[in-house]
Amino acid sequence: MHRGKGMKFVGDSRITDPASRTKKTPKDYSEYPGKTEAFWPDFLLKEWLVGAVFLVGYLVLTVAHPSPLERQADPTDTGYIPLPDWYFLFLYQLLKYEFASGPFNVIGSIIIPGLAFGALLLVPFLDTSKERSPFKRPLPTGFMLLAFAAMFYLTWESVANHDWEAAKAQGEIKEEVATVEFDESAEGYQLYLGSSCIGCHGNAFEGGLGKPLIGLDYTADEIVEIAHNGLNGMPGGTFQGTDEELHKIAEFITTLQPAE
Amino acid sequence: MLNKIYDWVDERLDITPIWRDIADHEVPEHVNPAHHFSAFVYCFGGLTFFVTVIQILSGMFLTMYYVPDIENAWESVYYLQNEVAFGEIVRGMHHWGASLVIVMMFLHTLRVFFTGSYKKPRELNWMVGVLIFAVMLGLGFTGYLLPWDMKALFATKVGIEIAASVPLLGGAIKTLLAGDEHIIGAQTLTRFFAIHVFFLPAALFALLAAHFIMIRRQGISGPL
Repeated sequence: MHRGKGMKFVGDSRITDPASRTKKTPKDYSEYPGKTEAFWPDFLLKEWLVGAVFLVGYLVLTVAHPSPLERQADPTDTGYIPLPDWYFLFLYQLLKYEFASGPFNVIGSIIIPGLAFGALLLVPFLDTSKERSPFKRPLPTGFMLLAFAAMFYLTWESVANHDWEAAKAQGEIKEEVATVEFDESAEGYQLYLGSSCIGCHGNAFEGGLGKPLIGLDYTADEIVEIAHNGLNGMPGGTFQGTDEELHKIAEFITTLQPAE
Repeated sequence: MLNKIYDWVDERLDITPIWRDIADHEVPEHVNPAHHFSAFVYCFGGLTFFVTVIQILSGMFLTMYYVPDIENAWESVYYLQNEVAFGEIVRGMHHWGASLVIVMMFLHTLRVFFTGSYKKPRELNWMVGVLIFAVMLGLGFTGYLLPWDMKALFATKVGIEIAASVPLLGGAIKTLLAGDEHIIGAQTLTRFFAIHVFFLPAALFALLAAHFIMIRRQGISGPL
C-alpha cells in the first residue's frame, strides 16, 4: 500500500519507482488472535487518559511534598554525614560491609556492581533458551529475584541505620546572623556593656536569648519604651541605670544599621 | 485552512508516510489493559517516557533561573524555590520526576525481563535499554550536585571517591568528573552542569531514538 499522495518533481532525476522502496511498516498482529486495536487514535486516547491520571497523582505528590533544600554547601564542615539519593543507597550500604570495604573496597565499588551490570547488559547472550515464561527459565528468574532481594535488603538496612533526625538537623538552613561594625569606645556601648541588656542581646548585639538589635526599625524613644514595658517575650523594667543612660544606649542602638 | 496547508506541504515533502508509519499499527490484545487488566505492566515503558518528557520540560524551565556557579547556585535555587511564581512546583516536578523515572524504568526492566522479551531478535534493544538505565542513573548522580547544598556536595564527594577507587583509571575518572585532581569545587559544579544538561541528554536522545525505532521495526513481543 502506498500511503502518501507522492510528490511531483519538476525536472528531477531522483524519482524512483515507489513500489521498489522497502516497506517500513511493521508486521501486523494477525498471528496473535484476539481483539487488536488500532494504535491511532483509539489506543492512544486511552493511553492519554492513563497519563492524565498519572499526572494528577504526580502533581499531588509535588504539592504535598516540596522538594528539599539544605543549607548552602560548606566544604569546611567535616562533621557532615553524607547520604546519596535513595536509589543509590544499596550501593552505598554495600561499601559498609567488611568484605567490601577498606582493603576490599574494589570488591564493593567495582567488582560486584560491575558484574551485576555486565550480567544485566548481556542477559540476551547468557539466557539463550527458547523459553520465555519466567517459570520455565529458573536460573535467570532466580538470579533476578536474588538481585532484587539484595537491593531491597541493602536499601532497607541503609535507611534503618541512618539517623534521619540528625541528618535533618545537620542540613537545616540557618538564618544568617547579621553583623554590624561599631565603635567599641562609644559611650553608648560602654553603658551597654555595664547594663543587663547585654545578657540576652549579646556582646555585638547579635542576639541570643533576646532578639538581635541590629537594623531595628524603632526610634530611640520607642526603644526606651520597650526597655521599660517589655515586648513579646522580653520582660520590662530590668534596666538598672538612670533614664539618661538608657536614652544614650537607645540612641546608640538606633545607629546599628547593617552595611548594605 | 489547516488541511490546505497540510496538503501544500504534503505535496512537496510527502510527509504522510512519515507519521503514518508511526500511527498505523495494531495494539495486540495481550498488552491492552482494557481487555486484560494485568496488562498494565506493559504501561511502565510509556510512563517512563512520559516522565522523561516532563523532566526535559521542567529542566528547561529550571535553567532559566539556575546559575552553575558556587557563589550563586544555591542562592538561585533558593530564589527559585521561594520567590519565583510556581518555581516550587517546577522544581518539585523535576525533583520527584527524577525518582519516578527510576521507579518506572526499573518496573519496565523487570517486565521485559520476566516476560523474556529480550530474546532473539530483540537483544540489541535490550542492550540499548540497559544503557538508557545507566544514562538515567548518571543524570540522577550529576543532578544531585546542582543545588549546591550540603547533601549535594558531600554525596558527590563520596560518589567521586568511589569512582576514584577504580583500579588504574580511577585518578583519570576523578579528574574528568571533578575538573581537578583534589578539589571538588567550582570546576566540579560546572562540569556536572554540562554533563547533566548537554552530554547525558544528548546520549539519552540518541539511545531513546534507537530504542523506539527498534520497537517499531520489531513490534512488541507476543503473549507468553
